[in-house]
Amino acid sequence: MIKLSQIEKTYATPAGPLRALKGIDLNIKKGEIYGIIGLSGAGKSTLVRCINMLERPTRGKVFVDGRELTAMSDSELRSVRKDIGMIFQHFNLLSSATVYDNIAFPLRLAGKGEDAIRAKVIPLLKLVGLEAKAEQYPSQLSGGQKQRVGIARALASEPKVLLCDEATSALDPQTTRSILDLIKSINERLHLTVVVITHEMQVIKDICDKVAVLDGGVITEQGTVLDVFTNPQKDITKEFISVLLSNELPVAFRGGLVEKEYSEGAYLLLRLTFIGESADEPVLAGMIRKFPEVECTMLFGQLDQISGQPFGRMIVGLTGPQQQIDMALGYLAAQELREEVIGYVRRHGAAAG
Amino acid sequence: MSEDMVLLLGKALGETVYMVAVSMTIATLLGVPLGVLLHTTAKGQILEAAALNKAVGAVVNAIRSIPFIILMVAIIPLTRLLVGSAIGTTAAMVPLVIASVPFIGRQVETSLKEVPYGLIEAAQAMGASPAQIIFRVLLPESMPSIVAQLTTVIISLVGESAMAGAIGGGGLGDLAIRYGYQRFRPEVMLATVVILIILVQLVQLAGNTLARKLDKR
Ligand SMILES: Nc1ncnc2c1ncn2[C@@H]1O[C@H](COP(=O)(O)OP(=O)(O)O)[C@@H](O)[C@H]1O
Ligand SMILES: [Mg+2]
Repeated sequence: MIKLSQIEKTYATPAGPLRALKGIDLNIKKGEIYGIIGLSGAGKSTLVRCINMLERPTRGKVFVDGRELTAMSDSELRSVRKDIGMIFQHFNLLSSATVYDNIAFPLRLAGKGEDAIRAKVIPLLKLVGLEAKAEQYPSQLSGGQKQRVGIARALASEPKVLLCDEATSALDPQTTRSILDLIKSINERLHLTVVVITHEMQVIKDICDKVAVLDGGVITEQGTVLDVFTNPQKDITKEFISVLLSNELPVAFRGGLVEKEYSEGAYLLLRLTFIGESADEPVLAGMIRKFPEVECTMLFGQLDQISGQPFGRMIVGLTGPQQQIDMALGYLAAQELREEVIGYVRRHGAAAG
Repeated sequence: MSEDMVLLLGKALGETVYMVAVSMTIATLLGVPLGVLLHTTAKGQILEAAALNKAVGAVVNAIRSIPFIILMVAIIPLTRLLVGSAIGTTAAMVPLVIASVPFIGRQVETSLKEVPYGLIEAAQAMGASPAQIIFRVLLPESMPSIVAQLTTVIISLVGESAMAGAIGGGGLGDLAIRYGYQRFRPEVMLATVVILIILVQLVQLAGNTLARKLDKR
């Protein structure tokens, strides 16, 4: 649905040319929710604005729905942009127009009659849950409601693509959740292709199917959210993820000396990650049954969802005879989960021996 | 105060209102598009045209730097050409318009600058043409501010019309000079001042009310 090939964008600034994008290749399939994550200044907004050509790339090609936007004149672009809805961090609603008129805006631009407009706007008001607010002005709405108006306005021209530039970054976590749910349900109901720009991994985790990590104008890592999330390659990706995942040791072990070698009485701490189906399997119960001499303590556990897949993380501590622990480790390695050995640590206050 | 004095004041007030209303209308019709031109051709705006913007801006600044009383005299030949005479209420409106158009242009430009660029981008993303952006985004969004600015212009026009009146244009300024000053009738002077004050207050009140009504922010 969206194909970017070798996109470069260089801004002329007083301090000299600024290369905001340095050769971006991206392929987004129909119906996908594609996340683009990056730090501030990474080039995310520039990239998303290249998709609807609010920003003309310095080099490279942009295809949307098979048509090459980079080859179009301004007036051709104006008509093709009706297929590409966009929502913004600061909503960008007309303060002088009511909710109804804001949603009607793209239809009026297209010269539609008032009856046709009404027939379009009323269902959209319903879709975003703002029927009661039709005659209010944006200043009378909360942030979440404003973004709902933004979404309805973006959908009015029945686009095939929805671009979201930090659409939830100005909202509190709860409102963010409800806006993301709305975007997700629209994606499912209308088979809309969605591009989500964000600096928050939580947003990616909550609704995206795929993700690209943008850093310094290049895509450093991309793939399904599950893959990138569970097996990040680059430091920057790991950093984004670590915000969501607590990687600290449980309190009873924090600050203790982590040793590589077995010593009696020390706990072998393991970080286990279960993905998808395996999250449901009683792997630990199996291990306990097989190796009764190993004492297994659950120190931390968290069950989450990524792209609708169960995703569990836990930290367990194993103590017992060395040989048994090694075998238990071998058993876990053979299961469908990812395990990471933290090391042997003693519990605070536990007497040695 | 004698009855004929009251009549004279009434007639002078009518002339002032007429001068201000007509010159304001013409100046607005020319000044608002000028403001739109100044704003939209500026750097980074939708119709960016640096050379044109600089040239128009220079002319605007030049006219605005001429004190009204000098402008009025300096353009007498032009006034003659346009209305056939340099004296009278209609003739007085020529300098009033010429002085007000660049003033309105700058005021409107200032108002348009207040419209967040994000709104223009949102409109562009929806496929709006430059004309649609001007008429459906820029002007409606800045209307409360434009109304407030135009109110200021009307008030300065009241003052300038009094000056124009003093060189034979009629109106309250003319009356104040001829009767209040030259024939030493302080009560006429006082009456015109009071009427001018009330007039300006009313204009300000009306402008504020309208601007507030339009402002949905
Ligand atoms: N119109 C512009 N002119 C000059 N530099 C720009 C412009 N827009 C963005 N930049 C620069 O390009 C880089 C990427 O910006 P942006 O795409 O907004 O990043 P992000 O959205 O990821 O925060 C930044 O260094 C920014 O300063
Ligand atoms: Mg940005």
